[in-house]
Amino acid sequence: MGISSYLQFLVSGLTVGSTYGLTALGFTIIFNTTGIINFAQGEFVMLGGMLSVFFLKWLHLGLPLSVLFSLLVTTLVGAAIEQFTIKPVKDSSVINLIIVTIGVSIFTRGLAMLIWGKDTFALPQFSGSAPLTFGGVAVTTQSIWILAITLSLLFLLRAFFTKTIYGKGMLACSYDRKASYLVGIGVQKMVLLSFMISALVGAVGGAILAPVTMTSYDVGILLGLKGFAACIIGGLGNPFGAAAGGLLLGVLESFGAGVISSAYKDAFAFLVLLILLFVKPSGLFGQTRVERV
Amino acid sequence: MKKVSLCIAALSLVALSLSAAFAEDALKIGAIFSVTGPASFLGEPEKNTALMLQDQINAKGGVSGKKIELIVYDDESDVNKAVLAADKLLKKDKVMAVIGPTTSGNTFAIEDKFEKANIPLISCAAAEKIVKPVKKWVFKTPQSDRLAVMKIYDTLVAKKTKKIALITVSDGFGQSGREVLKELAPRMGLEIVADEVYGPKDTDMTAQLTKIRGSGAGAIVCWGTNPGPAVIAKNRVQLGMDIPLYMSHGVASKKFIELAGSAAEGIMLPAGKLIVADQIPGIDPQKAILLKYIKDYESRYKAPVSSFGAYAGDALTLVTKAVETGKSSNPADIRNSVEKTKGFVGITGVFNFSPEDHNGLDENSFEMVVIERGDWKIIKK
Amino acid sequence: MQGFRRDLAAVAGFLVFVGAVPRLLTNDYYINALTLSWIHAIIAVGLNLLMGYAGQISLGHAAFYGLAAYTSAIITTTLSLPILVGMSAGIALVGIVAYLIGIPTLKLKGHYLAMATLGFGIIIYIVINETIGLTGGPSGFTGIPRLTLFGYKFESDLSYYYLVAIILACVILVSLNLIHSRVGRALRAIHTSEVASLVIGIDIAKYKIFVFVLSALFAAIAGVLYAHLITFVAPSSFGFNFSVELVTMVVLGGMASIWGAVTGALFLTVLPEFLRTFENIEILLYGAILIVCMVFLPGGIAGGCAKLLKLVRGGKGENVGL
Repeated sequence: MGISSYLQFLVSGLTVGSTYGLTALGFTIIFNTTGIINFAQGEFVMLGGMLSVFFLKWLHLGLPLSVLFSLLVTTLVGAAIEQFTIKPVKDSSVINLIIVTIGVSIFTRGLAMLIWGKDTFALPQFSGSAPLTFGGVAVTTQSIWILAITLSLLFLLRAFFTKTIYGKGMLACSYDRKASYLVGIGVQKMVLLSFMISALVGAVGGAILAPVTMTSYDVGILLGLKGFAACIIGGLGNPFGAAAGGLLLGVLESFGAGVISSAYKDAFAFLVLLILLFVKPSGLFGQTRVERV
Repeated sequence: MKKVSLCIAALSLVALSLSAAFAEDALKIGAIFSVTGPASFLGEPEKNTALMLQDQINAKGGVSGKKIELIVYDDESDVNKAVLAADKLLKKDKVMAVIGPTTSGNTFAIEDKFEKANIPLISCAAAEKIVKPVKKWVFKTPQSDRLAVMKIYDTLVAKKTKKIALITVSDGFGQSGREVLKELAPRMGLEIVADEVYGPKDTDMTAQLTKIRGSGAGAIVCWGTNPGPAVIAKNRVQLGMDIPLYMSHGVASKKFIELAGSAAEGIMLPAGKLIVADQIPGIDPQKAILLKYIKDYESRYKAPVSSFGAYAGDALTLVTKAVETGKSSNPADIRNSVEKTKGFVGITGVFNFSPEDHNGLDENSFEMVVIERGDWKIIKK
Repeated sequence: MQGFRRDLAAVAGFLVFVGAVPRLLTNDYYINALTLSWIHAIIAVGLNLLMGYAGQISLGHAAFYGLAAYTSAIITTTLSLPILVGMSAGIALVGIVAYLIGIPTLKLKGHYLAMATLGFGIIIYIVINETIGLTGGPSGFTGIPRLTLFGYKFESDLSYYYLVAIILACVILVSLNLIHSRVGRALRAIHTSEVASLVIGIDIAKYKIFVFVLSALFAAIAGVLYAHLITFVAPSSFGFNFSVELVTMVVLGGMASIWGAVTGALFLTVLPEFLRTFENIEILLYGAILIVCMVFLPGGIAGGCAKLLKLVRGGKGENVGL
């Protein structure tokens, strides 16, 4: 296999990895603000893609508007989830919270299946399907969109967290909730905001990837899990690590599939996850803050 | 608290026992279709066709004076549910014959039950291994993958292609096809330079296609059912490849064209005559029955036909014809009558069964088609 | 010791009840459905120990179930070794794997076990799917011999039913005994406050690992029973969906209640038989059950019944954990 094949794997890996990174980012935002791992994160990604298809194919809204609306609706869904299922149990044990988010995840999936069926759907690429070729490596215009949007979103979020009062408030919650509460930060509002932003970020990931990989009611599971693996790879709690972890995971997966075996592609993500959990649970960029019993 | 739990448990059990099926004086035929799940584009038209046929037959007075009752179970494209459905049909509903399942994998899983229970099974799945080696009680109506492969290879040889790449799905249908593809290639003078596999739920095959791109193949043969082949079609365009792409008859439905979009252009595959019925010459014995089926199906279900529905239609017709000619609804007699059926003009093709051939079709049941401007077109030889 | 006698009496009562039920059923097919519920109950009881008493969650128990099933299947069918060898190998393998997973992860706090079991479950699922030569891949593995123990072949569905019921009863007895023993008290201490337990000198990690491995072993027992009952295994029954279903059974039944776990398993296995349309809304229902239970009824059915009884009795005094 020539160098162009390897470069091709790299490109495919970065493309898919961006969505993993965005999903991982969503996990991190909620985790940082609330300490919960939101198992339903993958469903936000699914909704981003499926709702875009819905608005486009059923309501004929045209691609840009469909995507925009799907982002909006998914963000509202995130808010609804926080209000109706997380807030009532916020003082429960860790295990209860995990179970609630699992419940939300499968409920959302079930709802999507009832409404849209089990079919697979395709979203048209944002700017046509003719790929660009650079020295034997084909890059779809969609890949360029994906990388561009992901990077812009990362910069926007970074600015949000460091420059705006809401962002700083959310960061404060992640360091110490009681202290934040004491200085007057509306912790509940921060939690709500974190869910909405995570939903938005996840939906973006779903909408930009759908033209490349097609979408259906159950893409959320695997995407969510891989996004989570990316989180751990980068260090749980570290947004930059999450994004980097996602890209790394995508590339690892792509190379694994291309060089070793395409059949075990999905297993790579989890193999890496398991190895990391055993060897360095704080991930590549995380602080060694993991408590030991 | 324990008492209450026990009460709940007891209630559940009592309710279970009350749902006993009551016997009717009808001919009970079982059906297992993948109406939902990844194979639903196969199973749904199959179920629709079978139900439509049931109504048509009963409207004419049934078979030998008795109405037929079709008991349909949805296996959701899941092999465990198929096994459960087979159990239900054999043990609970006590049917005299079963048509289906939709997929090869599901058929393999339940075949032995029918051999043990001495009830005939007419599968709507394509894998040749279902009837080769022949099992006494198992038949099938779709064309074998062997026929499809031969049709594709004939075309490749005519185009002077030498090296081919395979990309197959890891399920029963895909692997069955892959075995036949590998077996027949050397006989036709074709060299397989790449042999890639993908999973039924995979959404990205660029890695496999990249490897194929580097292998020097002159044609790609993809064996699988939706949505995989659609992804492969799109990935191929995304990678800027123009190596000719051939598909199996598993994608002979409009859904494939819909999913693959413009990436479907130029793809070639063997297909039953149904989807190109209007392009078939009038002297073909199947033409009349094809047009009737299209008219009946499309007016009742307001959806385009697919060759897959025909598999179930032919299977059900075989069973009812067997009851009529054999003058018996005894499972063993049904089996014997089906095995003796010759010259049956079905929608899938013209069937000639025998003790050695439980599929009954030959190459004439296929036409080689190409996808042009979003529609099927017979390739002129 | 009275505790043990009380447990024994309860289990004996359960066995009598379970044994009588097949008389009520009109159809062989339903007996199999019930046998499957009891098999699920075996897993649920173990998982309940893990979740309700050790406060941990496993999202990959279906993988232990499947690993044992496939191991026994391959050993008894492909290698044609005796069934007892296959079953023992399956159970032993799962025990070892669970131990290996448990050691590093149970030393960490919080949701790390959840993640590790999740990842493990998915890897097992993929491996089973891909090693087609060994496992038959997605189409499954047929021809597993029906269970034969010491010369007796459990050919009839009824005989298998009784066997599984007896094994379930034993599993319940062991679990009840465990809870009422020193180990159980240590577990409850850990569940209430890990810091306090540390102060008393309880080796938290050791107990957690013990419970985790035990719950995996129960799942393995269920797995080998399943393989030799249905004589067919396919990957789709051992995936993430089933792991979630198991968790739902435990949550629904009540997380710190053995009998609750059995009820939850019975309920969720038997319910699809009634609701034809259930097949479409299965996923939805599980999600709804999980959410509703957590928000409104954290004790599940068992907890709800306990509350009901308390109301009826006039709030005399309450005991957590049954």
